[in-house]
Amino acid sequence: MEPARGCIARHQEARSPGTPPGKSYDPGAADDMGGAVSQTAAQLATALRRARRDATAEVTVLADRPDGTVVRCGHIVAKAHPPGTDPAELAVRLGVAAHPRCAGILLPPVDGMAALPDGRQVTLWPYGEPVAPDAPDAAPWAEAGKLLARLHSVPIAELPGPLPAMRGPAKAARAIARLRAAALPDSVATRAVLRAWAGLPGWARGVDRMDRGVDRMDRLDRVGRPDHRDRADRVEGQDRADRLEGREHGDRVDPREGDGVGFGGEDNRLCHGDLHLGQLIRHRATDWRLIDIDDLGLGDPAWDLARPAAWYAAGLLAAEDWERFLGAYRAAGGSAAGEGDPWPRLDVPARALTVQTAALALAKAAAAGRALDEAEEAMVEASVRIAHFMEAAG
Amino acid sequence: MQCPKCHAPMHTYNRNGVQIEQCSGCRGIFLDYGELEALTRLESQWTQAAPPAPPGAPQAYPAAPAWGAPQHGHHGGHHGHHKRGFGHMLFSS
Repeated sequence: MEPARGCIARHQEARSPGTPPGKSYDPGAADDMGGAVSQTAAQLATALRRARRDATAEVTVLADRPDGTVVRCGHIVAKAHPPGTDPAELAVRLGVAAHPRCAGILLPPVDGMAALPDGRQVTLWPYGEPVAPDAPDAAPWAEAGKLLARLHSVPIAELPGPLPAMRGPAKAARAIARLRAAALPDSVATRAVLRAWAGLPGWARGVDRMDRGVDRMDRLDRVGRPDHRDRADRVEGQDRADRLEGREHGDRVDPREGDGVGFGGEDNRLCHGDLHLGQLIRHRATDWRLIDIDDLGLGDPAWDLARPAAWYAAGLLAAEDWERFLGAYRAAGGSAAGEGDPWPRLDVPARALTVQTAALALAKAAAAGRALDEAEEAMVEASVRIAHFMEAAG
Repeated sequence: MQCPKCHAPMHTYNRNGVQIEQCSGCRGIFLDYGELEALTRLESQWTQAAPPAPPGAPQAYPAAPAWGAPQHGHHGGHHGHHKRGFGHMLFSS
């Protein structure tokens, strides 16, 4: 058990500092773990053992967070999806990952779906070696770019449907809702983050396009004001209504509509929706694959390039890494960055992801009673510059 | 002025404050007294100010948005030096 821990601990998703390394879960020793493993993880371990028909198999917890729990048993990994995940949408996303058109791009699932006693959806996947978190210089940026280019060129008409919307903007909206819910004391940072958010076009904020005109007036009315609380309430209210009706923001996007403010949906592609280095695993010795289909769907492919773009813009990602990623994407036929200067296409989603990251950083740091770390600080500073730039540009 | 070698006319160019004459025929270059030293001095200053990029790396800094970090477009110790603590962010949503 011990020798495996070192590499398992680095797997997939649990990556925030202070996240405990992979924990071996032994039902006989459950009491000894002193609640170190969540009930979800324990139930997931039981389900995985059952699926493998081995009641005593060793199970390792790879990630254990409210929005996703992952356990490993041998070469199989089981994931409990976030509460409230729509089973029908997840089934379509799973079908996409299993589709031959996505072979070599997305990791295919190994089996069907199941559910935990609490109703959470469970999917099974082959285990793969993740990117080593202690060696970011060796990160497969070129591979990531190439995989995204191939993902963005998958012919949508041949995939199972109805394909849900890519959830990037909805997740950004949720991060802002979380920041507002944290009700932090007024500060330059939170004010800037909320202003930068208010300056984004509706589609990038996960706002229903049907009320886009209204939304834009609302935004113009509010830009520059420190308090956007009622706007947040509206977004959150919408969020709740959507959850009750089992849908996500942006699902009702009309792909024919476009008004030149931002991405009009005229070039919707299959998108990953949440790209970062934890979303790449080595399937076999050398082949990288994209994992995590929770946010997969139709949307602006620029969103998938925008997180590395945001890191580069914030001064965090080295220019060489950024160029390797973008260069490989373009060399593999990726078109989401246009030609020449990529920023006309990347600016809006990169701003949204900058603000999302800053909002989560502020909320998490406040909840943990700690200061921002250097990287988080850089994202907040970028948000402050976005807010300034926005006001200067009127 | 005519080229001492091929006798074609020479044209004067200014390179970082150094006057040089180049032949329009054979492309040969004529330097006045001290100009070679001036060029050498300029070259060494340039090397000190901006170390050459590693092989294969592009010459220009890639484009960044207007709201990008102020260090964009500047040189100096950037290569291989990520901000500390950036690692975890690479792996999170």
